[in-house]
Amino acid sequence: MRNPILYLFAAVAAVLLAWDLYQVFMILPDELNQGMIYRIIYFHVPAAMVAFAAFFASLVASAGYLTTKEMRYDSFSASAIEVGFVFATVNLVTGSIWGRIIWGIWWTWDARLTSMFVCWLLYAAYLLLRRAIDEPAQRARLSAVLSIFAFTDVVIVWKSIEWWRTQHPGPVLSIRGGGGMAPGMQAPLYWNALALALLATILLVLRMRQEAARREIDSLRRQAYAL
Amino acid sequence: MKFLRLTLLIASKDLRSEFRTKETLNASLSFALAILVLFSFAFDPDSDMIRQIAGGLLWMVFAFSSALILNRGFAREVPNDCLDTLIASPVSGAQLFLGKTVANYVLLLLVEAVSLPVFGVFYNANWARRIGLLALVFILAAWALAVMGTMFSALTVNLRLRELMLPALLYPALVPALMAAIQLTNLLIAGDTVGKEDQIWFRLLAGFDAIFTLLGLALAETVFVG
Repeated sequence: MRNPILYLFAAVAAVLLAWDLYQVFMILPDELNQGMIYRIIYFHVPAAMVAFAAFFASLVASAGYLTTKEMRYDSFSASAIEVGFVFATVNLVTGSIWGRIIWGIWWTWDARLTSMFVCWLLYAAYLLLRRAIDEPAQRARLSAVLSIFAFTDVVIVWKSIEWWRTQHPGPVLSIRGGGGMAPGMQAPLYWNALALALLATILLVLRMRQEAARREIDSLRRQAYAL
Repeated sequence: MKFLRLTLLIASKDLRSEFRTKETLNASLSFALAILVLFSFAFDPDSDMIRQIAGGLLWMVFAFSSALILNRGFAREVPNDCLDTLIASPVSGAQLFLGKTVANYVLLLLVEAVSLPVFGVFYNANWARRIGLLALVFILAAWALAVMGTMFSALTVNLRLRELMLPALLYPALVPALMAAIQLTNLLIAGDTVGKEDQIWFRLLAGFDAIFTLLGLALAETVFVG
């Protein structure tokens, strides 16, 4: 990674994360009802935000690929989903740990948890599908279509806490009209979201470069066959 | 009008060739019956138990047995390059997709229409108490299965791992529709009314059908032609 902007992003993300950890563990008090475990929200929620942002970026890039047929959109879309998938996993795992402490169970089949798990499965299927297709143009086309289909579930996950009465709490952040969380407690959450978003961006750019390199190698290999 | 005529042409072509051999229909039906039998070993089917699991059992049966039908929908066009010919013909991608969906839909409804009474006999369930609404659930949810299944079988038809990829893509994508169908079927087979709280499931099913039918029609050309 020779790009100075990436180094800058990494430095900012590291500083933000360190500062946030200090805030969360040293400054903020325990929550009234949940005690210390509530702090997991500072990773649980930002991970979901970043995952959904990545899936949305992939949706846009997929539409871009289908209209322009440019392979960079395909690399972007695939990289965004790979990165988003990791953050979605972080979200599920932290949520499960939180559930074990507060609800006494690792998992329950309420609408939020189920739809998020389905979302995770769908994007896992996307990664599977990419592996199953060898021809680059066909792979790009079909995975773009799947990315568009899969995103509908992200909307369901997002809205599930409003549509159903779930065990998962409703909106607590004031940007979503919930506002149940104290403002002083919300600020580190947004900063953490920014830090994780920067981290995701770095991963995405690195992954895109790998894809570009792979395309180049593929085309060289084809040329070598042709000669 | 022409759009519908060509769509129905594709659907009737598929149905005609299916009814001449009945190979997919027979395989799917016998699979559905085999699952119904297997489930009877999994638990003791008394009447209380049936109230709780009827929906889940039925839709599990339909979802699994439909995979056979959906897989064949496009796979049968692969030998002799029939799919390429269809794509080259004056039928548009959307018409081809919709025609295939309608054909699959008819076959799915047939499988459901046979399995439901058999389920009633095997499990002593009186399923006909709220037949009107139950039929509506079946009509909506079978369309969801048909539309998603046809789309994904079109996506996977040219892959090496076709039979493996379809379930991996299809079942997660179907979860919202299956969840709604299971909840409603449970209620209706138990003879309960669909209260205000449960109407969300009908809305979910209808919304699922509408969104994915439109998405499928919009993206069909891309999937077939590129």
